[in-house]
Amino acid sequence: MVKELKAEVKKLNFYYGRVQALKEINLPIERRKVSALIGPSGCGKTTFLRCFNRMHDLYPHNRYEGEIILHPDNVNIISPQMDPIEVRMQISMVFQKPNPFPKSIYENVAYGLRVRGVSKREVLDEKVEKSLRGAVLWDEVKDRLNHLAFDLSGGQQQRLCIARALATNPRILLFDEPTSALDPTATLKIEELIVELKNEVTIIIVTHNMQQAARVSDYTAFMYLGEIVEYDKTDRIFTAPSNKLTEEYITGRFG
Amino acid sequence: MKRKLTRKIKEGAIETILFLSALSSVFITISIVVVLSYESFGFFKEVPLIEFLTGREWTPLFAEPKFGILPLISGTLLITSIALIVALPLGLTAAVYLSEYAPHRLKEIIKPILELLAAVPTVVYGYFALLFLTPILQKFIPDLSGFNALSPGIIMGIMIIPYVSSVSEDAMRAVPMHIREGSYAMGATKLQTAFKVVIPSAFSGIAAAFIIGISRAIGETMVVAIAAGGMPNLTANPLEPVQTLTAYIVAVSLGDVPHGTIEYKTIFAAGMTLFLMTLVFNIIGFWLRKRIREAY
Repeated sequence: MVKELKAEVKKLNFYYGRVQALKEINLPIERRKVSALIGPSGCGKTTFLRCFNRMHDLYPHNRYEGEIILHPDNVNIISPQMDPIEVRMQISMVFQKPNPFPKSIYENVAYGLRVRGVSKREVLDEKVEKSLRGAVLWDEVKDRLNHLAFDLSGGQQQRLCIARALATNPRILLFDEPTSALDPTATLKIEELIVELKNEVTIIIVTHNMQQAARVSDYTAFMYLGEIVEYDKTDRIFTAPSNKLTEEYITGRFG
Repeated sequence: MKRKLTRKIKEGAIETILFLSALSSVFITISIVVVLSYESFGFFKEVPLIEFLTGREWTPLFAEPKFGILPLISGTLLITSIALIVALPLGLTAAVYLSEYAPHRLKEIIKPILELLAAVPTVVYGYFALLFLTPILQKFIPDLSGFNALSPGIIMGIMIIPYVSSVSEDAMRAVPMHIREGSYAMGATKLQTAFKVVIPSAFSGIAAAFIIGISRAIGETMVVAIAAGGMPNLTANPLEPVQTLTAYIVAVSLGDVPHGTIEYKTIFAAGMTLFLMTLVFNIIGFWLRKRIREAY
């Protein structure tokens, strides 16, 4: 089977003001696979992830160089001509800490659709149910959709945030250390969910937990000091890394 | 040993002084309540409570006095409502702008200027309403009398904008950035994020800001004493002259009402009513502020 690319990062440089945080990054993103970004704190993995949905545009003095090409329409999503809101309409994100809105469970999931001007009750009902089922939360909340999202446990809140991100049929789903605020049981559920979701959507996940990367991802990129040191199939990275730095990191000798 | 002893005495003395200053505010508050209650008790010995609460005329200084508080309450509520219609939307939008839109430098300029509105002496606002705003309004509304509820209401609204905007903005700024990012990541615009996520997240703080504004409006004296007309008037028509509880108290205190008479005691009855009204709003505000702290 020919590998199909969902996105391609070409010569990406990123600057916080004068500080260069990402250097000459080249990376293919495989369609309907999970790509993991790993590396020690401060290596730029979250910065890199936040380029995909233009989160850096929310703050002043940030600057991108290079290209992130989104397939199949071949547009560069970090070009200044590209509206960041357009990008975020297609590429969703799940954050480190669950961040539900102060609304009902239903309205949290419907948020992205409402923002896009969808207001038909039948459409919303259907999408909300489908997304909650997709995030394996439906059975737990179907009888209390009008309860406040804060009533849910941390793990449930994070799955709610995943449902919220799924509701708009994103082309890529970004996960920024999605389990770092969760207990082991909730973490396991999220990991199973990620593996499940790749049948429908391309996933990029940042994690500081190497076992997690090994468990959920198909491809892994190891980053260090703003650069990609090594990129390969996950099992190769973890069994036979070709770079010494990668080997030292995954065997726990630094980071 | 000796050094330890002197240190202990010193510390003890300081603690006592601090305790006494904290106590003084409690003592003063309690004294006010006691005096208010005592004097209004004297009033209610002569005027039945039911007449006070249901009477539709307030003419304590007339030869045949009537002691119905309703006209003063209606005047207070009418002017307060006008003030809130002005202050709440303007204060809230100003807060949204300052918290979500304004670049840092611009905010550093706008915020102090806005807060300066609260520093203008209220007597200045009073004459501003009477001599500037009323004549302008009369050009558009010929029926408007020289003294009316509308003009001081609007001016009072402008006066309390900073109370509303300042506390609302603090509440909105306290909303953590990752909540906003969640909204932006869904493809929301700035406006959608501000109104659909930030305002609901800061709801209890904004409600507390509104309550502070309401209390401030009910208690305001000078503007209404100068520009509203000083005529107890049971009406909902903002074009007519009215009198508020506070304006009545000022008017009577300035006159030569003999001490101990029933006219004199009306001051305390009106004061008690005012105190209870603001107390209720302050308790609501306190309760809301407590809830805001639990939110994050």
